Amino acid sequence: MVRHGASKHPLHDVAIVGAWNTRQALRLDEHTSESITLEAIRGVLDDAGMTPSDIDGISAASGSRGAGMSSGHLAYLMGIGPAWTGNAAGGGINAVLEAAQAIAAGECHTVLIAAGSAGVYTERASTAPWTRPGNEFVVCWGLFTAAEFALIARRHMHLYGTRPEHLATVAATIRNNGHINPDAVYTGRGPFTPADILESRMVTDPFHLLDCAMTSEGGCALVLTTAERAGNFKRPPAYILGGARDTFGPAYHFPPTWDLTGWVGREAARKSFSMAGIGPEDVDVCEFYDPFSFEIIRQFEAFGFCGEGEGGDFIMNGTIELGGRYPICTDGGLMSFSHGGATVQLVQRVITGVHQLWGQSGNRQVPDAKIVMCTNGGAGALFTHVLLLGKERP
Amino acid sequence: MTSSPQIPLPAPTRLSQPFWDACQRGQLLVQRCSDCDGLTFIPQPACKHCLSPRLEWTEVSGKGTVYSYTVVWRPQTPAFPVPYVVAIVDLDEGCQMMTNVVDCDPADVHVGMRVAAHFRRMSDEITLPYFRPER
Ligand SMILES: [Zn+2]
Repeated sequence: MVRHGASKHPLHDVAIVGAWNTRQALRLDEHTSESITLEAIRGVLDDAGMTPSDIDGISAASGSRGAGMSSGHLAYLMGIGPAWTGNAAGGGINAVLEAAQAIAAGECHTVLIAAGSAGVYTERASTAPWTRPGNEFVVCWGLFTAAEFALIARRHMHLYGTRPEHLATVAATIRNNGHINPDAVYTGRGPFTPADILESRMVTDPFHLLDCAMTSEGGCALVLTTAERAGNFKRPPAYILGGARDTFGPAYHFPPTWDLTGWVGREAARKSFSMAGIGPEDVDVCEFYDPFSFEIIRQFEAFGFCGEGEGGDFIMNGTIELGGRYPICTDGGLMSFSHGGATVQLVQRVITGVHQLWGQSGNRQVPDAKIVMCTNGGAGALFTHVLLLGKERP
Repeated sequence: MTSSPQIPLPAPTRLSQPFWDACQRGQLLVQRCSDCDGLTFIPQPACKHCLSPRLEWTEVSGKGTVYSYTVVWRPQTPAFPVPYVVAIVDLDEGCQMMTNVVDCDPADVHVGMRVAAHFRRMSDEITLPYFRPER
């Protein structure tokens, strides 16, 4: 629980009062990125009991990799101008913290964050377009996201003796959460044992197919407002306890070496815990970003849940399962719930965290969940963003 | 498992052109700082150790050690025949390069393996610096 006496932080005056996903699917053939983003906006407003007139800020990661519509375009279409507009690259927790800071600073009071993607990944013989870097020192070597993260995992296995069974246990756990989630793209596809993961075909070793995130389509949206206004809406507030962002460089450009980026997120977690006046032991739910199984092991180490090199053993014996001490990716994560494009899944770690605090996670609800840790990114991409949310006002 | 000419080839920039020109001659170049003597790769407009703009191209031996690797079975695009080995190589002179390790069984590649640069002409403009086991 939140220890009193922690210094009051400006972000503590900001709460999330809207968190909503559209339907997620491998393909949403009737949709474009624009139309699914707008469906998410209508959905979150309705679910939160709001109208566009309640909103005075908007944030959407635009372009082919994002919502398909810029923040400014959405402000115009929704008629909410003069509005604050977000510019956070990639969206996700980056956008949440950018918006929370703007609200805490008094520049705006209620911000809608939207993401959506459909019809972007059409050439299926290749890996998804957002996984293929164009850089001249990367592209010719056949690199893509999974290979970048595999280079990190391989080095950790070399240094610390982390085993494929550790990775497979993470993947099986996440996929089993998605298996029982009726809203997951891969609902009913399990259950999975670690052996099932290890028997799936190799993609880029040590990652088997089932160690990797899927590709899918969908939209989602969040609404942030002041703690003061939070009571005006239908959903209970999920308070921001802390958050911070670590970056070592642009993703998929420089070699992803363990020495450079292995502990990315450590400082962000330290800062976030410090803002919140809590530690890892206070976290009830871990909505960590799971592009690849190993990344979960790495994050537990980087965030201080266990010692360096101990992550493989730490996640064994049910620790990260529903009912365990630190349940992860309770919706099925990027592996089974959805990886709806280049940025949608970043926001969705936060959405699922909020749903846990609301008690709205159905058969995957963590009893009495009070503090959730949400993350984005990973060592292979040279960045990790952290957000801590709480049910009680800090 | 060798790469076919259809793989995406680098588009050199003004900054990187000397590197690619040297590859055509079978030489591996990195940038050396005239102020701190540190090496920088991939090519940058300033030294990554001291931010000095006084960088000179210098030839390195092309010998190094595999720092990390992955054997890829699901290719980035169909132009890459599988399996292929993506690796980060620690050059003996002290900087790191991404590459493919070729001319060996992928199962034999390991962290710490000694490798040497091996140039393959891909087009009139581009020769790629692959690595293979040191002989
Ligand atoms: Zn220098």
